[in-house]
Amino acid sequence: MVILIYGIINSFSLALMAIGFTLVYGICRLPNFAHGALYVITGFLVWSLIHLLKLNYVISILLALVIMGLVGAAIYRFVLIRVRGMATSEIIATYALGLAILEFLRWGGFKGMTYTLPVFIEGSVNIGGIPVDFQRIIVIGIGIIVVSFMWLFTHFNKTGLALRGMAQDEHAAMMLGIDSDWMAVIAMAMGSILAGLSAIALLPLGNIVVEAGYNVLILSIAVCIVGGLGSWVGAILAAFMIGFLQIITVAYIQSHFHMVVALLAIIVTLILRPSGLFGRQKELEERV
Amino acid sequence: MAKQIGTFEKRKERLDRGIKVRTEGIYAVSSWQEVTYLVLPRLILIVGLLLLPLLIPSLYWKRVISIAAIYALLALGFDFLAHFVGLVSLGGAFFIGVGGYTAALLNKSLGLPPALTIPMATIGGAIICTILLLPALPLRGVYFAIVTLMYPLALMRIIEALNIFGGTDGILGVAGFPNRWIEQYLIILIVIFALFGLRRLVNEDIGLVFRGVKDNDQAVRASGLSITLYKAIAVFIASGLGSLGGAYLSHIYMWSGISQFALDFSVIPIAATVIGGGGTLVGPLLGCFFLVPISEWLREFGTLRIVFYSVILMAFIMFRSEGVMVYAQRKYHQFQRWVKV
Repeated sequence: MVILIYGIINSFSLALMAIGFTLVYGICRLPNFAHGALYVITGFLVWSLIHLLKLNYVISILLALVIMGLVGAAIYRFVLIRVRGMATSEIIATYALGLAILEFLRWGGFKGMTYTLPVFIEGSVNIGGIPVDFQRIIVIGIGIIVVSFMWLFTHFNKTGLALRGMAQDEHAAMMLGIDSDWMAVIAMAMGSILAGLSAIALLPLGNIVVEAGYNVLILSIAVCIVGGLGSWVGAILAAFMIGFLQIITVAYIQSHFHMVVALLAIIVTLILRPSGLFGRQKELEERV
Repeated sequence: MAKQIGTFEKRKERLDRGIKVRTEGIYAVSSWQEVTYLVLPRLILIVGLLLLPLLIPSLYWKRVISIAAIYALLALGFDFLAHFVGLVSLGGAFFIGVGGYTAALLNKSLGLPPALTIPMATIGGAIICTILLLPALPLRGVYFAIVTLMYPLALMRIIEALNIFGGTDGILGVAGFPNRWIEQYLIILIVIFALFGLRRLVNEDIGLVFRGVKDNDQAVRASGLSITLYKAIAVFIASGLGSLGGAYLSHIYMWSGISQFALDFSVIPIAATVIGGGGTLVGPLLGCFFLVPISEWLREFGTLRIVFYSVILMAFIMFRSEGVMVYAQRKYHQFQRWVKV
């Protein structure tokens, strides 16, 4: 029972982390290695807004998300647009950007265990005899809201449909008049907002540390590869698989192994089924 | 490039220099000018590298030269993989860490001297790295970059969490080199051999297959060659160089720990390649000898130096992705002038 509940919580956490990465990859074919950096920087942004500008918690969150969206758009518009299409340079550019942000935060003094975000609602509730704090239930709630919002957005909103079109076939979308650069800007902005949203939901459960950036990056990459790079449904399913695997490992083997699980998941997926569960790249195109 | 000047259009034309044309083929040895034209840059490089430890008086900076040479091995590996085989390896730290731990373990558990552990760690490290990277090799696209990015981060956390191989303390008491001059010059000789060896390798037949894998792997497949095999050979060579550097590093510091998986070892080779000029193997080497002293000088600023490289890396990738040596080689071999269209 413990495993079930904590498994669901872990899975939704992973899904929240991964959906930003898979969105950007699915639409622009651009692996955003700065994803972990955007996660951590949102946390510090909210903390600064609360403690340095003394704003309300809710207002800080909304303001931070807006700023993150603008940051994501700026990253595409000023950095990535110049290296678009050159795969090597894209990878190096996002990697260098993520590294610069994370190490800057580490140098800027944001070290140690002293930076935390307050939880939304204090207290805990008893589910089936196991105390679960409200924050974790809120994580599940936010996860469900984000997933349904993404589904509704990409099926019924004009911009969402354009994004989906870009993800399916870039050239056909351009022939229909959908501007590839503008869609990429929107995709990066949404990816950053989703990274920020996952930070806001998950950081109150612990401290804000720079190492979390690297962990988030590894975990979201693991989830996206297992689910298939670029597929949202795959990411969510893979999040559940890896989430439950991690919790089972922690419960029955030792608690240090959860990173090993992620690594092994990637290796096994690449050996057995490289396109992942729902990957859009067909095996023939991919396996050389 | 056309521009309007007066009433007619001009464009830039680039031509090989006369002396470059005269040095093609057998005419390269027809007179002292041609021989000098070909030999001089390489001679300056070799003599410069060999004289460098003698010109630097302080012991601390002599060690920095050795460290720069180790980074140069990594940068050569990165340039070789990225520009000659098409694989972007974001985790140089992985090779260094594997080589370093292998050498340290061989030395401590089996008591082998550095003269044996370094070659064994090179080959052993290369085998281990190639096997671990094998799942990503048949795949195109971004998977290799992702896997090499992940391995150092994950291994660091695994070693720390499972507390194996010495955990966070590392393996202490690894043997050092018997003679200071061997320690200083062996790595420089290795770097020179690696540079010219790789240069020779990419111009051989197998180098042609590597370039084919980079440009059009379906064509290589259609010729009946196994792409996974050639990518594996390339990764073996590059990880061998990296493991050599890692093993050397363990013996220089007489210690091996998880900081050998640090980000420095991943970022500096990439920055050196982008700044120095990708595709020319000498560019990353010079880039390393330029960046590593700056890194040591910036060490008092903490992790700000990684921010510094990353920002310079991004600036170069965005605006001047050619690199210094590519520009220099072009200037050496070609001249340009305006001609009427």
